[in-house]
Amino acid sequence: MDNPSTFSPYVPNTEADRQAILQAIGVASVQELFGDIPRAFRNPALNIPAPLSELELMQEFEALAAENRHAFQGPCFLGAGAYRHFIPAVVQAIASRGEFLTAYTPYQPEVSQGTLQVIYELQSLTCQLFDMDVSNAGMYDGATSLAEAALMACRITHRYRVACLDTLSPLYRQVLETYARPQGVEVYTVSPGTSVPMRDDTACLVAQHPNFFGYLEDLSRLEQEAHKQGALLVVSTDPIAMGMFRAPGSYGADMVTAEGQPLGIPVSFGGPYIGLFSCKSQYVRQMPGRIVGRTVDGQGRTGYVLTLQTREQHIRRERATSNICTSEALMGLMATVYLATVGKQGLRQVAELCYQKAHYAASLIQRIPGYSLHLRGAFFQEFVVRCPRPPAEINAALLNKGIVGGLDVSEQIPNGLLLCVTEMNSRQEIEALVRALAEVA
Amino acid sequence: MTQDQDPRHPQLPDRKLLMERSVPGRRGVRLPPSDVPEQPMPDAALLREELPLPELSQPEVVRYFTLLSQLNYSVDTQFYPLGSCTMKYNPKINDQMASLQGLAWVHPLAPTEAIQGALKLMYRLQGYLTELSGMAATSLAPMAGAHGELSGVLMIRAYHQSRNDEQRKVMLVPDSAHGTNPASAAMGGFQVQSIPSNERGNMDLAALKKAVGPNLAGIMLTLPSTLGLFENDILEICDVVHRAGGLVYGDGANMNALIGQAKLGDLGFDVAHINLHKTFSTPHGGGGPGAGPVCAGGRLAPFLPTPVVEREDGPSGETYRLGTPPQTIGKVAAFHGNFGVLVRAYAYIRSLGAEGLRQVSEDAVLNANYLLARLKNAYDLSYDRTCMHEVVLSASRQKKQGVRGLDIAKRLLDYGFHAPTMYFPLIVDEALMIEPTETESKETLDAFIEALLAIAKEATTTPDLVHNAPYTTPISRLDEARAARQPDLRWRA
Repeated sequence: MDNPSTFSPYVPNTEADRQAILQAIGVASVQELFGDIPRAFRNPALNIPAPLSELELMQEFEALAAENRHAFQGPCFLGAGAYRHFIPAVVQAIASRGEFLTAYTPYQPEVSQGTLQVIYELQSLTCQLFDMDVSNAGMYDGATSLAEAALMACRITHRYRVACLDTLSPLYRQVLETYARPQGVEVYTVSPGTSVPMRDDTACLVAQHPNFFGYLEDLSRLEQEAHKQGALLVVSTDPIAMGMFRAPGSYGADMVTAEGQPLGIPVSFGGPYIGLFSCKSQYVRQMPGRIVGRTVDGQGRTGYVLTLQTREQHIRRERATSNICTSEALMGLMATVYLATVGKQGLRQVAELCYQKAHYAASLIQRIPGYSLHLRGAFFQEFVVRCPRPPAEINAALLNKGIVGGLDVSEQIPNGLLLCVTEMNSRQEIEALVRALAEVA
Repeated sequence: MTQDQDPRHPQLPDRKLLMERSVPGRRGVRLPPSDVPEQPMPDAALLREELPLPELSQPEVVRYFTLLSQLNYSVDTQFYPLGSCTMKYNPKINDQMASLQGLAWVHPLAPTEAIQGALKLMYRLQGYLTELSGMAATSLAPMAGAHGELSGVLMIRAYHQSRNDEQRKVMLVPDSAHGTNPASAAMGGFQVQSIPSNERGNMDLAALKKAVGPNLAGIMLTLPSTLGLFENDILEICDVVHRAGGLVYGDGANMNALIGQAKLGDLGFDVAHINLHKTFSTPHGGGGPGAGPVCAGGRLAPFLPTPVVEREDGPSGETYRLGTPPQTIGKVAAFHGNFGVLVRAYAYIRSLGAEGLRQVSEDAVLNANYLLARLKNAYDLSYDRTCMHEVVLSASRQKKQGVRGLDIAKRLLDYGFHAPTMYFPLIVDEALMIEPTETESKETLDAFIEALLAIAKEATTTPDLVHNAPYTTPISRLDEARAARQPDLRWRA
């Protein structure tokens, strides 16, 4: 008889099975199989809570979830790298299929054509969105994708300085520095057109478009500036904005990366997401990550395989283009299904809804006494409001009224509050925000 | 019928891509009209004209992706004995819990008082992983195994720098290591030096002793090794490295053999990552998402990547907040790690408890040794000793008959099993690395054994049959050379 307290529904072996297996192996007990572990360290005490049944587990999770405030519990105007967008039901239905969910990395192409063809679709759609030549199967998130693009630029140019616009997300900037430091790559800030120009011997100019504050950069000018100095242009973008704005590739960007989360992936407290990654075709052999290619089998039938693997760690080891192995394939599937479902007209419509609603909100807020829009120029779905009081106080007051406000960016912009408005925010929510801001001014 | 369809299998779906299925005017979902007064559009020069995306109706989308899914093998459908990948069953309840609105829709930058449940979960998971690894502290930020490795080697680097010991640039890596180890060490700015294995599959101690010196930063070890063997000299290895001033990094890829049996911290490891998508049962998703939390002993804990969750016990009860270790290596991701994966791992640990986790490693090791016992007469073994959670066979005997490890792996697909890991570790000739995990039944293991025994016979009697496998898969062996020489990496009109 199994001891009911240690019975695991995930393990088929019964005591009878175990005995039969032990006999076949020719040992008396399972513990004999662990004889190589130094005896003094074997079977340590484990301070882990007692097991829960599935029912009890659900109750514990309901309680934990209830201690959070989620983005559907009332108006929410937070963005800054994680965005609340509508997700068609099709996305979760497909992503929940065990054939996708519980498969490994497609090393055996004969039995992984589903995953492989989806990745090829993702690569194609990424290139089409960004107007780029080639793309990989995805990186961990938007920040690591950008960091790896900057390191790739260093490998291509044999230069070891990276220039970042001061409008890049500070979160992305910190990740970039973590990746750059051990490579001896110096990251510095530029502000083109001002007294902080690019320095010689710079591998790449890094821009975010729309930038951290929601505004579009002048990519034509940045492209000229970078290429004039022999540097590459690396742009981190927002895939939803691609539904309406010119793609960075059309300005001559050499590498375009993005946070793929807005494409059908829940905000999920910061992950899992997927970093989209694309580049010009001449740089494909310096790309990090997995790449899927189309080929044929012995009978001439189309099929897909992992390719250009000599770039990768399992072949090239310490000379690989990156250490990345497991990445975010399932999130790539979700982004692909999202794009297939909303399609050409839907993506345009989502982008325009975000634009319209954000601009409506901005137009009302700047009319409230004490508030102003900090920046000029074209923005997409985010903008910075200068508040009459510290944004932390404004946010706290908004939360009391059941509204999750924006991100406090007062470190960069005095009394700056970064607000995000997407298609999820109704006119009622926007007007409630406006009323609340007026009251807490 | 397109030329891609196989006349012998007319039911197989054609392989047309989304853009080739697109029909102008079709839409997969209806979106709401704008409910705000129309706003002025920006300068037309900023706008794009062409948006080359597919146009499909919803049933077409669902059928396309569903048919694609059916071209995959998966743990939900078949035994997936990939060595070093721990393809165990992924409990469904864990997925359901991760999709609760109060977890899946929490914004990572929401105010601290709005995220107490998420932080509490992370705090507890940090504690469980710290306990299971025998370390002092854990950061959940790394988003995959290799990301945890990078974090760990950066911590070793920061540690030596903090002691003005910057000449320590050499990272030792055994010749049996995963490729990610040397690649991570290189990304961390280290020079990689390989250490050979000896005739028992252990590390060559004499070579190790020769390699350590004033430039030693540390060593990266997988325990049990990728040969599926417990390193007999582990205590001495840690001692040699420590006495030379180096630190010991543990690659937790093979934790499924050790969970509850021994703690890496007790054995002398200074830092380790844990693959939640292996030992802790979170689904692999066809290549991610994973999560690679990094656990550190006392010396390295101050260098953990940010954030870590901290608890404060105040008069009104406990509160949680995101904190930064004092000498952190910095941020490794935009936010706090792959939270959705962390939720699943937390659910797994809570479902099993201490005894359930111990049972995991016991049955995983038991099952692997069963395969070893029943297959060792038909296949060669490089090291004839008790294995841990996986067994590495060699097809060197079959190679003499003209059948290679690759052929055997492909033939297994015809028998309805996923192939083992092939040609790894690199130091075993014609390696077939098999990891059964604890979630397979004896009946499945018996069927798998019978298949491998039958293939061993086929290799002798009908080698061509094996050589040309697979026959029953949706597609046969693909021209990989052509894929690499003439890269076709995206759809074009």
